[in-house]
Amino acid sequence: MSNEWPLWEVFIRGQHGLNHRHVGSLHAPDAEMAVNNARDVYTRRNEGVSIWVVKSSDITASAPSEKGPLFDPSNSKVYRHPTFFEIPDEVGHM
Amino acid sequence: MYAQMVKTDAARVRSLDEMDPVERAFQERVDAGQKIEPKEWMPEGYRKTLVRQISQHAHSEIVGQLPEGNWITRAPTLERKAILLAKVQDEAGHGLYLYCAAETLGVSRDEMYEQLHSGKAKYSSIFNYPTLTWADIGAIGWLVDGAAIMNQVPLQRCSYGPYSRAMIRICKEESFHQRQGYDALMRMVKGTPAQKAMVQDALNRWWWPSLMMFGPSDDASVHSAQSMAWRIKQNSNDELRQKFVDQTVPQAKYLGLTVPDPDLKWNEEKGGYDFGEPDWEEFFNVIAGNGPCNAERLNARKKAWDDGAWFRDGLTAHANKMADRRTASKIAAE
Ligand SMILES: [Fe+2]
Ligand SMILES: [Fe+2]
Repeated sequence: MSNEWPLWEVFIRGQHGLNHRHVGSLHAPDAEMAVNNARDVYTRRNEGVSIWVVKSSDITASAPSEKGPLFDPSNSKVYRHPTFFEIPDEVGHM
Repeated sequence: MYAQMVKTDAARVRSLDEMDPVERAFQERVDAGQKIEPKEWMPEGYRKTLVRQISQHAHSEIVGQLPEGNWITRAPTLERKAILLAKVQDEAGHGLYLYCAAETLGVSRDEMYEQLHSGKAKYSSIFNYPTLTWADIGAIGWLVDGAAIMNQVPLQRCSYGPYSRAMIRICKEESFHQRQGYDALMRMVKGTPAQKAMVQDALNRWWWPSLMMFGPSDDASVHSAQSMAWRIKQNSNDELRQKFVDQTVPQAKYLGLTVPDPDLKWNEEKGGYDFGEPDWEEFFNVIAGNGPCNAERLNARKKAWDDGAWFRDGLTAHANKMADRRTASKIAAE
């Protein structure tokens, strides 16, 4: 009989006021143990100041096949970047 | 290596022209150095090869804890004990990063454990040798972790994203492993003649098995060629072995030790050492399960898993009970 523990995705906030970042995953019976295990597996060398865990099955991901329809529309909108606009030198820093 | 002689199912490496458009697009992405991520399309052979290689690598990290664990309670000082404990704990972590990477390819943790425990899956030949003295622990860090680093550094550039990222984490931790081993030996060779002799004896026993870690020459292997085309593998076994010898021989000299190879000689022309051939019959024997410690390692691993069953079940029962309680109090509050 298989009683494999559920899989959890682990997110760690590094030292420097950064966002939590996905670092990997692990198995644990519940959220509390997942946090405990995440500490031992992913922060043995002061890699973080905060840990989030979320059950892998609770994550909704975009499908790789939808990469085109999802992300292509922003490709043509170059005016979203500041370098699209030419500001004369005389205007000064902007 | 930690994954030795991984099969690919390929009869030969096919050219781009022979591939259908989907596979061709995949191969072109790999050729361009792009990373392949879990849910993306990949050839079945690529997926299977990765599962074999990553799980074998993971098993090696886990079983690799056993020869060193043998000395945790007998380390010569409290500091060495703490260091060894941290090193072995890292190896457990390496196993876990790698199992998770393999799981992204659709194989479950239980399946992989089952394959290890039933003897179906392999792990590195090196961990089937005994650790007889404290000098063996130094030798393992220096030589075995040293050889592992040789292999793992290029694997950081592997085409499969999760494997590549696991290797990056692992490589950051390996240098501590090698240095702590070498440091222990540096101390011992400055000790009594008996201690220095112990270090030489450890080198004598670990040298050849360490060279075998890279596996037999694979220049003519289809599997190796296919793995390279998929950028799962970056260097030939002989290339890595040569690099390892060139790096390690001066380190042995510094310790005042003799490398147990009468054929070892500097070759000015190639800018590297010439060296003897490992005993490949011994290697295949160990791989086939007949090494000095195969049975002992597998039994220890199975015993740890079986003896922990009541504890894992207890944690599951507790988790279920707490989940039930939360649902019950939610219903009561409504
Ligand atoms: Fe490791
Ligand atoms: Fe290591």
